[in-house]
Amino acid sequence: MIVKVLGTGCKKCQNLETKVKEVIAKNDVKAEVEKVQEIADIMKYNVMMTPALVINEKVVSTGVIPKDDEILTWLKEGK
Amino acid sequence: MKKLSLILLSLPVWILLYFNLESITDFLIYNLLGMEKGTHLTETVWFFVFEVPKVLLLLVLIVFGIGIIRTYFSPERTRKLLGGKREFWGNILSANLGIVTPFCSCSAIPLFLGFVEAGIPLGVTFSFLIAAPMVNEVAIVLLFGLFGWETAALYLGTGLLIAIISGWVIGKLKLERYLEDWVKNIEKKDNIEYNEIKYSFEQRLDLGIDAVREIVGKVWLYVVIGIAVGAGVHGYVPQNFLAEMMGKSAWWSVPAAVLLGIPMYSNAAGIVPIVQALIGKGAALGTALAFMMSVIALSLPEMIILKKVLKLPLILTFIGVVGSGIILVGFIFNLIY
Repeated sequence: MIVKVLGTGCKKCQNLETKVKEVIAKNDVKAEVEKVQEIADIMKYNVMMTPALVINEKVVSTGVIPKDDEILTWLKEGK
Repeated sequence: MKKLSLILLSLPVWILLYFNLESITDFLIYNLLGMEKGTHLTETVWFFVFEVPKVLLLLVLIVFGIGIIRTYFSPERTRKLLGGKREFWGNILSANLGIVTPFCSCSAIPLFLGFVEAGIPLGVTFSFLIAAPMVNEVAIVLLFGLFGWETAALYLGTGLLIAIISGWVIGKLKLERYLEDWVKNIEKKDNIEYNEIKYSFEQRLDLGIDAVREIVGKVWLYVVIGIAVGAGVHGYVPQNFLAEMMGKSAWWSVPAAVLLGIPMYSNAAGIVPIVQALIGKGAALGTALAFMMSVIALSLPEMIILKKVLKLPLILTFIGVVGSGIILVGFIFNLIY
């Protein structure tokens, strides 16, 4: 499964990346985390608020840092 | 629903505290600490002990409320509402949406490009980009808490007006050629699909609490320091000390305040209490408001972010138009009061 964190490098974006990695490691999910920082690439997802979380090419959250259990649910759904 | 009942329970506590702050402060200062009435020190301490909890209480309530309102307005939805709107009405709608749509300057670029993609006119986009930072909840709360609702309402009204008119003027100037080339080449799409993220009521409450944690967590220290400095000014700086320099008679003080405000980008939180104290010492309200608007609406870091999509002439026009609007508001306020 491919997980992407979309963001131009603001603090919230870094927080989201760290959090997603934590959730993945803690729950032993098989997933790769990719960072998408190029604005043109971010625009392809029609996202207007960063950070955004994309799981298997589906945008699951924008502009917020979701709770751990929410992230975990999405990861499980994405499998 | 444990969260909801907790929130409902804290509301009466809030009301009780907020409306009895004056007597609580009196009790603390005069009875408990036994300070003497009328001295500089007592006045300074009283001001601080009264204002800090008042402003923080207001901040928590308003930020929570706005945080919940904002869960109903995503930028994607705003874009859809603005799509196909002509100028003028579009400017009015756009400035108003700028207040309720969640916005942070770090998202300014994706938002700007999203608007361009939807074919929203440049001027309408600018109305949004001006209103979003300028009319912010922290500034409104501080103005309401420290100056009263009239000043807060005037700020809100004139802030919106500046956003609407500046956007309209920028639209009329036909500056599309000053967009960066790659932005100009973005393909316009008619119906942009997006998945609206649905929130449950409980999630909205959570997001409101998140907003309080994030915003109040960020500004509370500025508020405390600002009020401390303000309290010092309040108690120790002589009356009319500033009347000559920042008073109404010094017309140049308004443009000077705006210029001074551009490189400053500390949030309004620390500035309002100091400004309030200065006004008590003879500074004019219009000058002070102009300074605040300039600090919030024209910030250097945001210009640097926007430089990625706008060429310099457009950024300078933006600063010029908005700056003139703010100066005008400053003069008008000084004239009225």
